[in-house]
Formats: sequence, C-alpha cells, structure tokens
Amino acid sequence: MDNAPNAPSEVHIMSNISESKKEKAQSAINKKAAMGEDIDLSQFTRSAEEHPYRKDPSELNAATKSKMLEAGLMLDDPSQRTGTFIQMDNTPIHSSVKEEGVEVMPVSQAMKKHDWLADYYWKAVAVDTDKYTASVELGQNDGYFIRTLPGVKTNYPVQACLYLSKAKFAQNVHNIIIAEENSELHIITGCTTSLGNEPGMHMGVSEFYIKKGAKVTFTMIHSWNPEFAVRPRTAAIIEEDGLFLSNYVLMKPVNTIQMNPIARCNGKNATARFNSILVARPDSNIDVGSRVYLNAPGARTEIISRAITMGGNIVARGYIEGNAPGVKGHLECRGLILTEKGTIHAIPELKGNLAGIDLYHEAAVGKIAEEEVEYLMARGMTREQATATIVRGFLRVDIEGLPSMLNDELQRAVKTSENDFM
Amino acid sequence: MLEIKNLSVAVEGKKILHNVNLTIGTGETHVLLGPNGSGKTTLLMTIMGFPKYQVTDGNILFKGEDITKMPMDERARLGIGISFQRPPVVRGVKTKDMVMASMKDKSTPELVATLANKTDLTEFLERDINYGFSGGEIKRSEMMQLLAQKPDLALLDEPESGVDLENIALIGKLINELLEKDSPMHSRNSMGLIITHTGHILEYVNARNGYIMLDGTISCMGDPHEILTEIKACGYGQCAKCAFRSAHHV
Ligand SMILES: Nc1ncnc2c1ncn2[C@@H]1O[C@H](COP(=O)(O)OP(=O)(O)OP(=O)(O)O)[C@@H](O)[C@H]1O
Ligand SMILES: [Mg+2]
Repeated sequence: MDNAPNAPSEVHIMSNISESKKEKAQSAINKKAAMGEDIDLSQFTRSAEEHPYRKDPSELNAATKSKMLEAGLMLDDPSQRTGTFIQMDNTPIHSSVKEEGVEVMPVSQAMKKHDWLADYYWKAVAVDTDKYTASVELGQNDGYFIRTLPGVKTNYPVQACLYLSKAKFAQNVHNIIIAEENSELHIITGCTTSLGNEPGMHMGVSEFYIKKGAKVTFTMIHSWNPEFAVRPRTAAIIEEDGLFLSNYVLMKPVNTIQMNPIARCNGKNATARFNSILVARPDSNIDVGSRVYLNAPGARTEIISRAITMGGNIVARGYIEGNAPGVKGHLECRGLILTEKGTIHAIPELKGNLAGIDLYHEAAVGKIAEEEVEYLMARGMTREQATATIVRGFLRVDIEGLPSMLNDELQRAVKTSENDFM
Repeated sequence: MLEIKNLSVAVEGKKILHNVNLTIGTGETHVLLGPNGSGKTTLLMTIMGFPKYQVTDGNILFKGEDITKMPMDERARLGIGISFQRPPVVRGVKTKDMVMASMKDKSTPELVATLANKTDLTEFLERDINYGFSGGEIKRSEMMQLLAQKPDLALLDEPESGVDLENIALIGKLINELLEKDSPMHSRNSMGLIITHTGHILEYVNARNGYIMLDGTISCMGDPHEILTEIKACGYGQCAKCAFRSAHHV
C-alpha cells in the first residue's frame, strides 16, 4: 500500500532517515522548551513492569475503570465506541476495533504492518522541538495508531487511554492519527493515573494527518494528580477541505502542564478549531495554547478557551497566522478568577502576512460580575447557586461541528469535575 | 401587603431616597412616576433587597414581616419579583435556565415552552440571557421570568419603555395575568408597583394609585391618569407648586 506522501522505495533510505532523526533528537536532549518550567527528566524512570494484555478491558478492576471513566473511557458498555486502545505505563494492554475500514493498534504494531508509516513520524512535529520530543524519540514506549481508510466514516468515537500506574515514571508515547481522504474519525482520549499523590510524568507526541476532505474530531480529557508534570506535543496537518476539531478539558489538579499544539491548514479551505476548558486548582501551573497557520486560500480557524483559576496559574495562549488570501481566524480567550489568589494571563496573538485576510481576537479576564450574580439571586437563587450557574455557563462552550453525542460526552466530563469544585 | 415606613436609602454613600412612605394592599396595583434620576429605580431595587442600596432609616414590611435586612434571594423566595430596567447579559446562562430557575421545583419543559410561546420568545430559550436582545425583547424576557416566578409583589421598572405599540398590548396582557387582574380584587394575591414615564401601559393595566417621586421623596399621590395629565400640562417643574400637591400631600 502506498499511502505516504513520499513513500520511500528502499529500506536503506528509511534507516538513514531514522538515523538522522535519532541524531537530531540526541542534539535536542537538553534543549529547554520555549515555554513552561523546565522539568528535570532524570528524576523519572523510563522502565516499568509489563502489564498483561486484556482481551476484555471490562475485566480491569473497578478503581481503574472508574478513573478511566472520568477521562471518558467506557469499558463496561463500549457499544457507543468504534474501537478502544489502552496503554498502561509502557504496555499497550488492549486494542480493538469494531468497524470496517478503521485501524486501532499500538504504533509499534502498525510500524510492522505498514512499511510506509515511518514517513509519518516527525513530519508534523519537529523531533528536535525540545527535550521532551527528543525524549519521546529516544525512549519511546509505544503509543497509538488510529486510521480511517478513504471514505470511511465512523459512527462512534474511538476511545484511547494513556494510563500511568507507576510512581516516578515518565511515559513517552508517540501517537499517529491518519484520516485518509474523505473519511471521518472521532477520537476520545483520556489520560489519567491511578497514583493519588505521587509524582509522575507524561510526554506524548501526537501527529495528525488529515487528508483531503477528511474530518477529525479529537476530544482529550486530562485527569492527573497534583504532582504530575505533563508535556504533550501535538501537531496536525490539514489538507484541502479537511477539518480538525480539537477539544481539550483539564479540570483536575496537576502540578505543571505545558502544551501549545499546532494546526497547519495547508490545503484550500482547510479548517481547524480548538476549544480548551482549563481549570487551575491551587498550585497548578497551566500553560496551554493553540497555534494555527492558515497557509492556503480560504483556510479558517477558531480558537476558543475558557480558563478558571481557583488559586493556580494559567497562561492561555492563542496564535493565528494568516499566510494566504481569503483566510479567516477568530480567537477568543476568556478567564475567570474565582479566588483571591491565582492568575490568568491571556496571550492572544494574530499575525497577518498579506492583505485580504481577516483575523480578530477577544480576550477578557476578571472575576464574576456581581451584577450578574445579583440578577440570578433576584430570581430566587442563593449566592452559591447563582455563582455555580454562572461558572457552569462560562464552561459551556457550544462547539460548532461537534456531533451532539460527543458534545454530550464533553459536557459530561465537565459536569463530573464541576461537582468537586462547586 | 407591602408597607414602607420612613424609608431613607443611600447608594455608595450618596443619599438618594428620603423618608419614603408607601402602602400597597393585596390585589392593588400602584404606579410610580417622576423625572429621570429622581429615585424610582432606587426604590424598587431597595424593596427587592439589592445589597448596594443601604437602608439608612425606616422599614420595609412585606406580608407582615420586617424584611428590611432580609437577603435578596430570600425576598425572592418570599414572593417579591422584579423586572429590570436594564438587566445584565450573562454569557453561557441560557434564557431557558433563567426561566427554570425562576420557577424552581415547579419547572417542567412544557411550562417553559408555554411561557415562551405566550411571550413570543420561543426562539430565545436557547440564547444567552439578554445577549444581543433588542429593547423590546428584554422587556418580554423579563416578563417571562416574572410569570415563571409568580411573585406576590411584582416590581416593574418601565416595562413598556422601548416597546412598540403592538408589543405594549402584549406586555399589558402579561402584566394583567401576573397581577391576576381578571379576578376580583379580594381574591387576588398579587400586588404591583409599576414605574412608567409615558403611562402607555395604563391603557392596558388598571391602576388607581399613583405617586410622583421628586428628588428621592414621594411628593404627590392620586389617580395616576390625573397625575399624568397634570404632568403633561405643567411638567414636573410645576409639580412642587400644583394644587394637587397641597390637596394630596403625604
Ligand atoms: N451607584 C451609584 N452611585 C451614585 N449615584 C447613584 C448610583 N446609583 C444611582 N445613583 C443616582 O441616584 C439617583 C436616582 O437614580 P434612579 O436610577 O433611582 O433614578 P430613576 O428615577 O429610576 O431614573 P430614570 O427615570 O432615569 O430611570 C440618580 O441621580 C443616580 O445617578
Ligand atoms: Mg429608573
């Protein structure tokens, strides 16, 4: 099968490529990230015990399943899922798929199956971006491969879980997602841990390839613990008429998370949408942005973020660059400060490189307006109810283009977490 | 019954209302007139219990209970409701949510739909409250929320201002429903206090008691239609001197 954009015909070219990638990674192994505090990787181990393969993931113990459910994984009744992938520490413990034309498997297995797959490695994300991408290249422990064949439209989302059970362990995964031409793929990814208060680290590279006319929705729910350091590195390449819709929910405590995913709208009328819901508990440091490059005529984007601090710090970034005529972009950052402590730093950026582009942004950071609380109280709500209603409303982002079932899932994830802070 | 006795109110340290006295019997509808900035909204907000309005003197009694210090949400639950002159936009909170919150446990999707239909706001239920609403739509939405709440005392701040003629008739009808105007006075539970500048609403809603608020004081009371005629003829400037004042001074 010749699917890669530039499929190499000879094996030795491939090994040369992979060698040069290793070299590049090696050169970046101490390279600090452009943003976020520097994490000392030497405090984490890479090795973890193997976990047994689970043919039926509903056999996992109840505590594990409930953690996974918080992160969007339905294991007891997967009837509304097209496929499932679970990786525990270093071991993919389950992968399955129910629909024709959809592939879900560990990326190590996919590499054996598709000789062209190596060409998709590090095409969207640069291997030498920083020490975290370098670490994933040099110490990779699998990850998932999800692909829809041309024209295949999944009815239900594929669910994937990256799970950490070992303390002081750093997970290095590399995920590759490919939506072939005119296909439609929905993914729910939950990243979570069974560790209550022990440190851990997650590094995950995710590369999305959205071919002509294809549509991918990607909903990622993070549920870590107050000692976790998290450094995802994500990029998507979107071809003509393709759509990438990414939703990110972080409402549980975390020590530090920094990510700034990129979407490159390279084909005519390619569209990228990012929605982020960020809640910073006390002592959480969150630095999350989205960057979109509108590189072809008619490309469009919308970046929306909602940030709430209950004492932690949030940097909410957004960057749109217009490099082709007739592109449109809208950036909206809204932040709510619920406590005396805590900061929200909204950094919306727009860059236009030619005439005939239309980019704009809105940003607002503040506390809940007293006038709004009182308006609701005048209808009989208590102050607490009024505040909770406004916060809930703040977190309710109506996401254009998201199938209603996925929207329900997203709202469910938001609701589950809301209960612990309201 | 609502009784206001010797009420004085300050907002952010500034004295706005002075020694206001007012009694509304159960089943009655009273009308508050007066020039811009005279303190009409301040009186309504104080009765509702907005924390910004500080009672420096006097008392408010409702259903026989002294509510002067009662928190606003408790007053709402006790049966006081207000339609705002300029309500805020609350992003993310849908109009439907406001209606349901106003109804509390009685709320059902059918009742919400009926109310929306009645106020011609069916398409607005899923919209953020007051976001991008026109002046007239805001007034109808305020009425919808009040009808959902069904307060015993409805405080209506300029319910018809900015509303076209056809919709004034609709607002009038809704107010009559809210104030149970179809039932005989003795069997009504509701009372109303309506602020109006033009008096247009009085063509649809019957009211026999009217007041003029001047510089934070109620300076005149009588039949609202007669007071309005007087104001139209002489203006508020003449109010202080007019014959009405000496005859009906409170
Ligand atoms: N927060 C405040 N700080 C200072 N002054 C205030 C404040 N709120 C209201 N006022 C003043 O109190 C006075 C009475 O205002 P109020 O809104 O009650 O008038 P009103 O009779 O309802 O007028 P209108 O017919 O224009 O609605 C005005 O002079 C107003 O500027
Ligand atoms: Mg007023």
